[in-house]
Amino acid sequence: MASTASPRFLTASVRPRAGAHPALFRWVLISIGIIFLGLFLFLPLAAVFANAFEKGWTAYLAALRDPEAFSAIRLTLLAAAAAISLNLIFGVAAAWAIAKFDFAGKSLLITLIDVPFSVSPVISGMIFVLLFGAQGLFGSWLTGRDIKIVFAVPGILLATTFVTFPFIARELIPVMQSLGSEEEEAAITLGASGWKAFFRVTLPNIKWGLFYGIILCNARAMGEFGAVSVVSGHIRGLTNTMPLYIEILYNDYQFVPAFAVASLLTLLALVTLVAKSTVEWKTDRQRAASRRLTHREEEL
Amino acid sequence: MSIEARNITKRFGDFAALKDVSLQIQAGELVALLGPSGSGKTTLLRVIAGLEFPDSGSVIFDGEETTLRSAQDRGVGFVFQHYALFRHLTVFENIAFGLRVKPRRERPPESRIRARVNDLLKLVQLDWLADRYPSQLSGGQRQRVALARALAVEPKVLLLDEPFGALDAKVRQELRRWLRRLHDEIHVTSLFVTHDQEEALEVADRVVVMNEGRIEQEGSPDEVYHQPANAFVYHFLGNLNLFHARVKDGKTLIGEPALGVELKSNGRSPLVYVRPHLMDIERVPTHENHIPAWVKHINSAGPLVKVELATRRGDQIQVEISHERHQALQLAKDDAVFVVPKDMKVFAGSELNDPEEVASGR
Repeated sequence: MASTASPRFLTASVRPRAGAHPALFRWVLISIGIIFLGLFLFLPLAAVFANAFEKGWTAYLAALRDPEAFSAIRLTLLAAAAAISLNLIFGVAAAWAIAKFDFAGKSLLITLIDVPFSVSPVISGMIFVLLFGAQGLFGSWLTGRDIKIVFAVPGILLATTFVTFPFIARELIPVMQSLGSEEEEAAITLGASGWKAFFRVTLPNIKWGLFYGIILCNARAMGEFGAVSVVSGHIRGLTNTMPLYIEILYNDYQFVPAFAVASLLTLLALVTLVAKSTVEWKTDRQRAASRRLTHREEEL
Repeated sequence: MSIEARNITKRFGDFAALKDVSLQIQAGELVALLGPSGSGKTTLLRVIAGLEFPDSGSVIFDGEETTLRSAQDRGVGFVFQHYALFRHLTVFENIAFGLRVKPRRERPPESRIRARVNDLLKLVQLDWLADRYPSQLSGGQRQRVALARALAVEPKVLLLDEPFGALDAKVRQELRRWLRRLHDEIHVTSLFVTHDQEEALEVADRVVVMNEGRIEQEGSPDEVYHQPANAFVYHFLGNLNLFHARVKDGKTLIGEPALGVELKSNGRSPLVYVRPHLMDIERVPTHENHIPAWVKHINSAGPLVKVELATRRGDQIQVEISHERHQALQLAKDDAVFVVPKDMKVFAGSELNDPEEVASGR
């Protein structure tokens, strides 16, 4: 992606001094770009798969069939599902409120949405330990009722949801703001209830923005390490997500299983990249269509 | 259905959009709400539609209190300035929307929906565009789709917010004649907002002139045009020249040689407004009221010749004369002539709300 972008960037910025050795200069810069990409992107990617398959397919599949690996994968999927569904509800509600209404504390809400981005993931994890841990604020209350949050699955779901909190809302706010509320008003004057207006008018209009937010949220939820690491307690087969499990395997010198599980996360990254590009292409086309629409308005 | 707005007040923060406005519309009428931007006309329309709720006052449909009923249940058709078509639906589905969202018990069967939408498509002369998306239509076509969509649910009231505001002059003229014909056909009580006085005077049965959250005058187009209630209405319905006048023997005099006794009415001399086309230009004064002036600019492109003149004090005067008159006078730049008002409107001591316009003498 970056390699196709760099030549265009070059022709634009180099032109003033193009007299000397334009072709040579251009090729040097392109080569630097490609070498950089190769070293920092493709080589590590290739290394992940090379290490994973070092002892052949059977070792690779055996590593993935391990019950602990299986439970880590399951927990990661669960955490991602929880983060997506909670943040979907919260994100749509927050974006709706911010884009369509004026209320006191609106800018405070926008700032609060960004908090998980500005706080280090480790601190995010610490927050939950301080709140729900044995010595935490609600610790004794929770132990009294035999509810475990920290060093258990609920803690992991909470931490993952927290760090992925801004993705969907952040993606939807500008989309909803640019759409305005006239179409919803039109739906309501035509007799639609608020819910019908939302499902029949708002949702179809924001679906690509929403999908994009979900992709980003999912990628981050599955790859999250810091926050989850703090609240997990690293109980094998119970509170290990894929990234945590990979670290444990690696520290135990079990390189093939470590890279085998890592290859799954890498594949996820590649799928995310493709999905992201597809959605971007779709929204670009949509935007171009609406631009054409305003053009024609001026003509006619 | 008749509509009544009673003592409506609406504020947005510090801004008073409507100040104790009352308005009655008879069933089947086509009424224009005319005013400059910020006059509260769109707010009044949205209050009647139920898209805004008034701070005080009430909205009454057919004698029935409707103020607190939501827009969903009011049975109004609302047409937005920027169409607000559903961009993800075809023209057909846009028009069918109101029928499809009805509760299951009231929803007509699919065949009836199709028939109704096809009838409406014919009514707005767009049956050949049924499968297009809004982005594939021109502005005028979109506005007709919006109108058909609003009519699909058989509204008791049709409310239009600057329906032709986003269209260019030619399409606007066609569409407003078409709206007039449509109203004559279907007779639904209609209220439309506009800032274009020509549009209001041409289309409406009755014109309501609004300014700064208040109604300045209501009446037939003829009444508001020929018998303006105040300087604002007269000013808003066309171009103006403003003169400070004197009163002599019960006659209002403007101009240089017409010496008279000044009438001190509330400390001000009366203000005289004259429309540019109600003035004449003479080489030799033949009338008691006349103002010496110098020709500054002549624009003869259009149905009337527009002449810009300046008085000795430097005040600008705009006069519109016929091409025949222009031929006879043979005016040239910097000619010294006399301007004669044929019809004057005197509003004693009342200043216009728009100081800029007064200063320029238009």
